[in-house]
Amino acid sequence: MTTKYTPDHEYIRVEGSTGIVGITQYAQEQLGDIVFVELPAIGKVLKKGDEAAVVESVKAASEIYAPVAGTVTEVNEALGGEPGLINQAPDSTGWIYKIAIADTAELDALLDDAAYADLTK
Amino acid sequence: MAEQSAEALKTTPLYDRHVAAGGRMVPFGGYSLPVQYPAGIMAEHKWTREQAGLFDVSHMGPSFLTLTNPSGDAEADHAAVAALVEPLICGDIRSLKPGQVRYTLLLNETGGAIDDLMIARSPLVPGSLYIVVNAGTKENDFAIIARAAGDKAKLTRADDGALLALQGPEAVNVIAQLAPAAADLGFMTYGAFDWNGTKLIIARAGYTGEDGFEILASADVANQVWDALLADDRVKPIGLGARDSLRLEAGLPLYGHDLNETISPIEAGLGFAVSKRRREAADFPGATRILGEHGGELSRVRIGMLVEGAPAREGADILDADGTVIGVVTSGGFAPSLGKAIAMGFVPPVHAAIGGKLQVAVRGRSQTAEVVAMPFVPHRYFRKAKI
Repeated sequence: MTTKYTPDHEYIRVEGSTGIVGITQYAQEQLGDIVFVELPAIGKVLKKGDEAAVVESVKAASEIYAPVAGTVTEVNEALGGEPGLINQAPDSTGWIYKIAIADTAELDALLDDAAYADLTK
Repeated sequence: MAEQSAEALKTTPLYDRHVAAGGRMVPFGGYSLPVQYPAGIMAEHKWTREQAGLFDVSHMGPSFLTLTNPSGDAEADHAAVAALVEPLICGDIRSLKPGQVRYTLLLNETGGAIDDLMIARSPLVPGSLYIVVNAGTKENDFAIIARAAGDKAKLTRADDGALLALQGPEAVNVIAQLAPAAADLGFMTYGAFDWNGTKLIIARAGYTGEDGFEILASADVANQVWDALLADDRVKPIGLGARDSLRLEAGLPLYGHDLNETISPIEAGLGFAVSKRRREAADFPGATRILGEHGGELSRVRIGMLVEGAPAREGADILDADGTVIGVVTSGGFAPSLGKAIAMGFVPPVHAAIGGKLQVAVRGRSQTAEVVAMPFVPHRYFRKAKI
């Protein structure tokens, strides 16, 4: 199981051919209190870089992009009632959606732990 | 991004305090100011509603307009200085009692709002007004006022000091520690108070819907006043983010968003600021339009809406039940006190009835929005008991 990152502060945790996508600890700190999450439709086909979800803080809306191409298989329904899960635990209970990865080779272009840590230093 | 433009930005006397407190500094109205502190907008908002929040609003434009040659007759001098500003605005300044503060609007010839502002009659100096204008408009406002005053009065800017707002139900108990006499101020009055050998101008007013005070201090004591207020456990520093969500819940318009040069006071629901004497005299800029609107000839009015789902932000279309675009959101966001999205916008009066069901377009989808009375959260201004 590996986790990769985009320069836009999404993470994708890879379990086989499925990826779990959310925003990083750094991103949730920057956004502040999340008050609303717009989740993608299950079955939605995404290209790398497509807008997949929107998270809204008190101040502003921020788009969450697809780190890789694929199809949305599951969304975190708990965020509907409790969007603050993204602030509390962005990398566990605050995940946003799961994606069936179309081409795992696309993961190679993403940042690894060290490169992402470097980006947010 | 904020860092890149920081050099061109002005700072307030409290800049170092904000940075030391972990404030996230952003450009706002030409100044570098904290949008939030580490506690975050939600916590800061709720703290202000429950305790007392301290805001640095030094970017705004406090000033004094004082007669050049006062006669010494206090009433005649007040009438003389009031007569200099009244042709610019729709408020009755002449009838102000010493120390009284009035919310009014600076208007253009077509009745549009050049700014909204506070004008107060000095409790001490005959023929002197205390005027506070918005940050983004202050250069133009000051030029207009100075031009109208000519050589009859001198406009002295006081925006090189610190203007602090202390807001919330505990504000009065906190100010009682700093300047005990200020706790006796009535709502929308002000005075000058001694504090540690210096003079503070304190008004009982604000922009959150809560009881509170606005404190003008010279730059050399700004940090001391800030520290003295924050030494009280009931006080926490609050950033611009919560200032915006608080005023939005209070139904208060923000200049440049809910007010601009095309919007009249009547359209904006600020008819109370068009004083009766001025209406009867019809002697203010744009009187023909504004009096017509006051009589009911209105094409749009400001409404408040409870929004289902995602927040509808500035610029979002407002649609009627059939899906026809009828207006636009001018301010919108999440209301921490209500736990849901709220918005203000302008629509034709026929769609403004309380309880009416409209829609707002957010990212291409329509969401239900119900027209509700403003304020969204009841005001809790201090009112002296009538005896």
